[in-house]
Amino acid sequence: MTGRKLSFYLLLMPLLLTLTLLILLPQLDMLGISMRERVSYGVYEFSLLHYREFFTEPLYWNTFLRTAVMSILATALTLLISFPVAWYIAKIAQGKNKNLMFLACLIPFWVSELVRTYGWMILLRESGVVSGFLQWIGVVDAPVEMLYNDITVMTGLVYASMLFMVVPLVSTLEGMDDSLVEAAYDLGGNHFTVLRTVIIPYAVPGIVSGCIVVFMLTLGNYLTPTLLGGKDSLWFTEQIFTQFITRFNWEQGAAFGVLLLCLSSLIVWLGLKLSKQSFKQALASET
Amino acid sequence: MIPSIPQSRAFQKTYTVYVCLFFMFLLAPLVVVAVFSMNDSVFPSLPWEGFTLDWYFADNKERRGLFHDGAIQESIITSLMIALFVAILSVTLAITNALLFERYDFRGKQFLYSLMLLPLVIPGVILGISILSFSSGIANTIEDSYGLDLEFLRPGLPLIVLGQFVFISTMATLVISARLRKLDTAMEEAALNLGASRFEVFTTITLPWLKPAVIGSAVVAFLMSFENFNTTLILAGSDSPLTITLFDRMREGSTPVLNAVSTLLMAGSGALALVSIFIQRK
Repeated sequence: MTGRKLSFYLLLMPLLLTLTLLILLPQLDMLGISMRERVSYGVYEFSLLHYREFFTEPLYWNTFLRTAVMSILATALTLLISFPVAWYIAKIAQGKNKNLMFLACLIPFWVSELVRTYGWMILLRESGVVSGFLQWIGVVDAPVEMLYNDITVMTGLVYASMLFMVVPLVSTLEGMDDSLVEAAYDLGGNHFTVLRTVIIPYAVPGIVSGCIVVFMLTLGNYLTPTLLGGKDSLWFTEQIFTQFITRFNWEQGAAFGVLLLCLSSLIVWLGLKLSKQSFKQALASET
Repeated sequence: MIPSIPQSRAFQKTYTVYVCLFFMFLLAPLVVVAVFSMNDSVFPSLPWEGFTLDWYFADNKERRGLFHDGAIQESIITSLMIALFVAILSVTLAITNALLFERYDFRGKQFLYSLMLLPLVIPGVILGISILSFSSGIANTIEDSYGLDLEFLRPGLPLIVLGQFVFISTMATLVISARLRKLDTAMEEAALNLGASRFEVFTTITLPWLKPAVIGSAVVAFLMSFENFNTTLILAGSDSPLTITLFDRMREGSTPVLNAVSTLLMAGSGALALVSIFIQRK
């Protein structure tokens, strides 16, 4: 029995060490840094200055709100665009076709985010492929710049999150018995009522886990807003990066980090509450 | 909506077209990256000037291809080293975690499990800055009180490895736990009854059973590390990994060499993907 005890503690150790040293203590440390003010060299004092700064400087909380709203919008759009595709893969495509389509959805995961964003830059820039194509078919007669605006950023964000939505949706929908849908039609439902009362309620676990992951990834995204949005695109992770790395104002950067973490926890919590899912379930259906 | 329900022709056509458009949307950015790496022009953009492999192999004043670009090759090696360490560490922790959560019941298990999932929902930038500030804090304290400068606590490779390891190990834990759950415990008990030690049971029964999941998650861990950007950007020191080098160059202005590197990356990860699918099928 002591052997079993010993191996239990041996297995517990690595996990506890990782959690404490790389997650709990650093996060607490970040919280501590965010709540101090530098009085003179190496002397710090407790203060909420950097949180006050956030609420008094419109640029900061505007960026914060903008990031939150655009992330929610991107999540909703991703869900809308992916759902029909997930349905097609789960229910309509057969055999080899089905596997191939599922694999194709995974491709962006295997390609670096940087490469994907770069691809969009090549497509959308003034001398890019889309601009060239539009000129060739005669819709426009001069090159058009399609980079550096919000629609482009949104396209990039939706693109980056697509697969994290499709995969959990496909795995949920595949478990659904076709006879449920058939019965609903037999009982006189039309497309809309069947979708609303049978299919969507069934797919809730997949929808929730997809939305959570997509929302988190979008909120924390740095590359897409920076490269596709250009100088004027404001994204909160950029602010954190600027404070931390460029301005070396760690206190302000840490305060921003804490605020972003609060925002994401709040929205994830709300999502779970509204859909009556648990955190564990939601993440488990992602793999 | 399902094949057994009759649908109007128009609806079916529209649906198929939609799905086709979706896949075009999915593949378009990747295809253009690859195509323009072979354009005989100094910019990766239209017009098409003809086919060339200069951006891979040339080495002259105007054009220096990927295979003669020292900075890029160095950062590829840096990235490979980081990815190797991250994969080994993550899979090791994932195996111990899986055994812990699947084979033992203890107080606070659920709480610990939720804590273990936490890195998946903390944005990468925040993981990066919290680890950076924590380790710099320790390094500064040690330097002030003992006059020792601990290099590994400053931004650089060790910190990148740790930062990526935090969330990649969680992913690996989920994959390996799922496989361990499917192992019939009777097998392990039988081995124990026949006189094997716990360690022998682990190496002869449990580990071989876990092998596909271990290899699969090692491949994914390697790839996630190689391609990670957010956490890496914060924790990178002077010798930057590939994604950071590429990002810096992209901001300076794009050249077809960037396309060539990207294409090479796609080919590499494509090959890895095939390997992992092949292993998981077996």
